[in-house]
Amino acid sequence: MTEDQTLKISKIKEGIVIDHIPAGKAIKVLSLLNVGEHSGHTVSLAMRVKSKKRGFKDVVKIENRNVAESELSVISLIAPEATVSYIENYNIKEKRMLSIPDQITGILKCPNQNCISNTKEPVQSSFRVLSREPLLARCEYCEREFRGNELLGKL
Amino acid sequence: MIKNRSIVTIDDVGDDDLNEIFTAAEEMDKLIKSGKKISILESRIMCTLFYEPSTRTRLSFESAMHRLGGGVITMADVKTSSVSKGETLADTIRMADAYSDVIVIRHPLEGAARLASRFTSKPVINAGDGSGQHPTQTIMDLYTIRKELGKIRGLKVTLLGDLKYGRTVHSLILALSKYDAKIKLISPPSLRIPEYLLHRIGDKSSVEVLDTLEGNIADTDVLYVTRIQKERFTDPNEYQSLIGSYSVNNNVLESMKRNSIIMHPLPRVDEIAPEVDQDARAAYFRQAANGVPVRMAIISKVLGGI
Repeated sequence: MTEDQTLKISKIKEGIVIDHIPAGKAIKVLSLLNVGEHSGHTVSLAMRVKSKKRGFKDVVKIENRNVAESELSVISLIAPEATVSYIENYNIKEKRMLSIPDQITGILKCPNQNCISNTKEPVQSSFRVLSREPLLARCEYCEREFRGNELLGKL
Repeated sequence: MIKNRSIVTIDDVGDDDLNEIFTAAEEMDKLIKSGKKISILESRIMCTLFYEPSTRTRLSFESAMHRLGGGVITMADVKTSSVSKGETLADTIRMADAYSDVIVIRHPLEGAARLASRFTSKPVINAGDGSGQHPTQTIMDLYTIRKELGKIRGLKVTLLGDLKYGRTVHSLILALSKYDAKIKLISPPSLRIPEYLLHRIGDKSSVEVLDTLEGNIADTDVLYVTRIQKERFTDPNEYQSLIGSYSVNNNVLESMKRNSIIMHPLPRVDEIAPEVDQDARAAYFRQAANGVPVRMAIISKVLGGI
């Protein structure tokens, strides 16, 4: 972020910064991380910040919160170019570039209503990613292929 | 090699496996005709789990196993089994695993056979999953084409009917694309082949999507007809509106080549007129008869009997 942008959101001492979220998707990211009114975290959010790469982007900072590997996979689906910085004592301890995984397991529901993975069977939904841009993935059970909008519709 | 491996989709069977199955099926056909006792799978047990009605597939699988000298156990009726008490398919499969050497399953939900294969170390053979796939029917269809016309590669094949819900054509079209077949897909617009299948074929084969039979089958080697899959429709009015939307009769036969064949996975409703049965090109009953030797070959290969 530029100096001008840092004035909009101040630095955080401990927590995470998720940058390069597509403009307008920050609220969705927070909702996927179950960060909200009752989560007890202080959240800073900037929407439609100027971005060299994408024109505009969203940024969120969540204090005293970590993200698990499985949560990174979920975020990558709606913000495939996002970065996640882990902050300790105002410094970046680690920075991760997100990317859509080869296999998406247990996160998305199969859009095919007649797929066995949508029943009470003891299995998690599982999709093999065939293409990242645009997103195209095949259900490991019914073998149907779905585009991003079909897969993410209910996310 | 398909030994000890599940056959859930036609992609689970390699080109070499297919050729081996064809050769083995010819041998099985001879063995049946010889009337000799066959003990290839003596003391082996096949479990059949049919959650949907079936006549030909179930009978031919069971007949095949009996002919091979093996035994068959079956879930007679879903209504009288633990399934009606709410047992998951996964648990049923765990039991079948303990009681048998190979499991044959037909289920109304897509992906059921794949799920089954994950809860057993025994091979699972998909005998139809919803409107998904029916790979052994496809192997039988390819065997029939080869037997009737002497080859599969490069043939002009027209698939006519309910290409949206008909699982036999879903497996068949994927298999034909490996044989450089020139494929025509003719169906009412609302019953066209799903996009994901066309995407999977990609540029492996020439595919034309058409709406009408007229003027499109003069050069066809194989006309493969399917019935409208009434049981897959959620709206009965939609089904009613499609009844009789295509039919193969003597007029259609006149526009076909002398050395072509007509196939159908059966059962038929009204999509092939009975008058066609008399014509030598009507291959559908011969196709159904191939079910036993082909399934004998498949079960034997999977269980390592030959």
